[in-house]
Amino acid sequence: MAPAASENDMRHINFWSWLWIIIGAIYFFVPLIATLLFSLQAKRDELGFTAYSNVLSSPAFFNSFSFSFWTAVTTISISALLIVPTAYWVHLRLPRLRPVIDFITLLPFVVPAVVLVFGLIRTYNRTPLTDSRQGLYVLLVGSYVMLSIPYMYRAIDTGLRAIDVRALTEAAQSLGADWFTIMTRVIFPNVYIALLSGAFITFAIVMGEFTIAFLLAQPAFGPYISLLSSSKVYEPSALAIISFGLTWASIGVVQWISHSFSGQSQITGPR
Amino acid sequence: MAFLEINDVHKIYGQTVVVDTFNLQIEQGEFVSFLGPSGCGKTTTLRMVAGFIVPTSGSIVINAVDVTRMPPNRRNVGMVFQSYALFPNMTVAANVGFGLKVAGQPARAIKQRVAEMLEIIHMTEYATRYPYQLSGGQQQRVALARALAIQPQVLLLDEPLSALDAKIRISLRQEIRTIQRQLNITTIYVTHDQEEALSLSDRIVVMNQGRIEQIGTPFAIYNRPRTRFVASFVGTLNVLTAEVVDAATGRIMIDGQEIHVNGILPDHPDPSLAIALRPEVISLNGVYGQTANHMQGTVEDVTFLGPVVRTRVRFDQHTIHLDSFNTPQLVPPRNGDSVTVSFPPEACLVLSDTPGAEV
Repeated sequence: MAPAASENDMRHINFWSWLWIIIGAIYFFVPLIATLLFSLQAKRDELGFTAYSNVLSSPAFFNSFSFSFWTAVTTISISALLIVPTAYWVHLRLPRLRPVIDFITLLPFVVPAVVLVFGLIRTYNRTPLTDSRQGLYVLLVGSYVMLSIPYMYRAIDTGLRAIDVRALTEAAQSLGADWFTIMTRVIFPNVYIALLSGAFITFAIVMGEFTIAFLLAQPAFGPYISLLSSSKVYEPSALAIISFGLTWASIGVVQWISHSFSGQSQITGPR
Repeated sequence: MAFLEINDVHKIYGQTVVVDTFNLQIEQGEFVSFLGPSGCGKTTTLRMVAGFIVPTSGSIVINAVDVTRMPPNRRNVGMVFQSYALFPNMTVAANVGFGLKVAGQPARAIKQRVAEMLEIIHMTEYATRYPYQLSGGQQQRVALARALAIQPQVLLLDEPLSALDAKIRISLRQEIRTIQRQLNITTIYVTHDQEEALSLSDRIVVMNQGRIEQIGTPFAIYNRPRTRFVASFVGTLNVLTAEVVDAATGRIMIDGQEIHVNGILPDHPDPSLAIALRPEVISLNGVYGQTANHMQGTVEDVTFLGPVVRTRVRFDQHTIHLDSFNTPQLVPPRNGDSVTVSFPPEACLVLSDTPGAEV
């Protein structure tokens, strides 16, 4: 009797599991498929890539895309240089401050982008930062660095928790390494995968960000999508699919790199 | 002047004295163990020698250079950690060669030294493996090779075997001692395992509550413990409270039975004192003859431990354990038997409560 009852239970569980997976998949894929189909209907009674070729042949697309791409790269570089040493130092010397730092890193979630950008503009008003295009770009990157903190810090913090920071630091020190060597040869390589995952989330955010770029009058990809939406019909859908593809490609790259380095990132030590 | 000197070192955190008046001189090539329970200050002292902690006061001198405030990366002190601390992103060879690369040595010299070190730890074929591909024992051997590759002035080992299983622990500790003798490197070994300390060390520093209880050879620490703590921490020991009958002739009374100890007892207003007896020096039904001490008691328990049989004998207030070698002729007593235990006067250790003595 017991095995039969257990088999029935399993079937019951399987049914509900599949049901929720199917509902989730419908919720996720139907809008995507609808957007894709809509983007393919630029020519009457014919499915084709006209909207895509219109988007990809537009110089404004490339200009805004490359602007946001390089802004994202700059943001990631600054964030990494700022956050990896900070998170490392908190782990090594200030573990008691971890809850405080955790709270601070959550602030970008609490403060809306509009408030952030107006705060920055008011604070730096009548300084070179608001008087020139370069200055506004600095403000843009600074804002993005702030927006990236929750993702970057948490990813790096998780990476640092996976290794014995103190023992590795002391081992390196006892072997003659200075702080720079420890950071570049011991810490960075061991949080590399965690850093990458934070970096690609930051990349995706910067590529699609609208509010800050628009209010700082920057020619970024987000405002371009918005502009296109107000003037075209099928092209914004095509652009949404392209953005979606780029985001997934980024995540795919993270997965691929993580897999390539999976052996090295395994935790060692007593077992 | 000794090769390594720790002079009047204190470490105080707030109101807590973690290390109190630590003085030790270690000669070149000597193997010294810091032995004590958790929280006794042994690791803190080791970390002060390594440079990871700065003493509150006192000085540390290595090879005639005061290193008390020198950063750890300039001390040329190799360290092996309990958690191995191998760099996960580097191969075994890269781990071993890390210190040499940091020192800016040419690639050829690094390669040669790494090969030498891997040969010493018998892991030549593991050079291209990553730490996660090694067992715990192998990882610790690599950590040892890495610490030794830089030819440090002093090798520090912080409970390096405590995360390993018993069998590997024994084989690796012998390997550590062999390599240490082979390279004649001055070594400090921190452990809470008395067997490790006794089997490895030239000298042992027994610590308790931040203070040195006793410094001595393993033989002296085991056979002539100076304090009640050392006696109870190292080996199994019967500690009996005795009343002094005559201090000049060494006559004392335990549970109404008079015995005598060798030498003159300390002249102290308090007539009671602690006497320690190792289980293996006590004999059942007398092999020591008339000049030995004899006490009457009742067998409370007999435990078979393989090579020895441990018997618990009760007097009036005290119980003692005694060990008999398990020979075919041995007839173990039974619970409730009345027995006479005997032991020579020189086997009675008079314990002091004042730490700090060197034997």
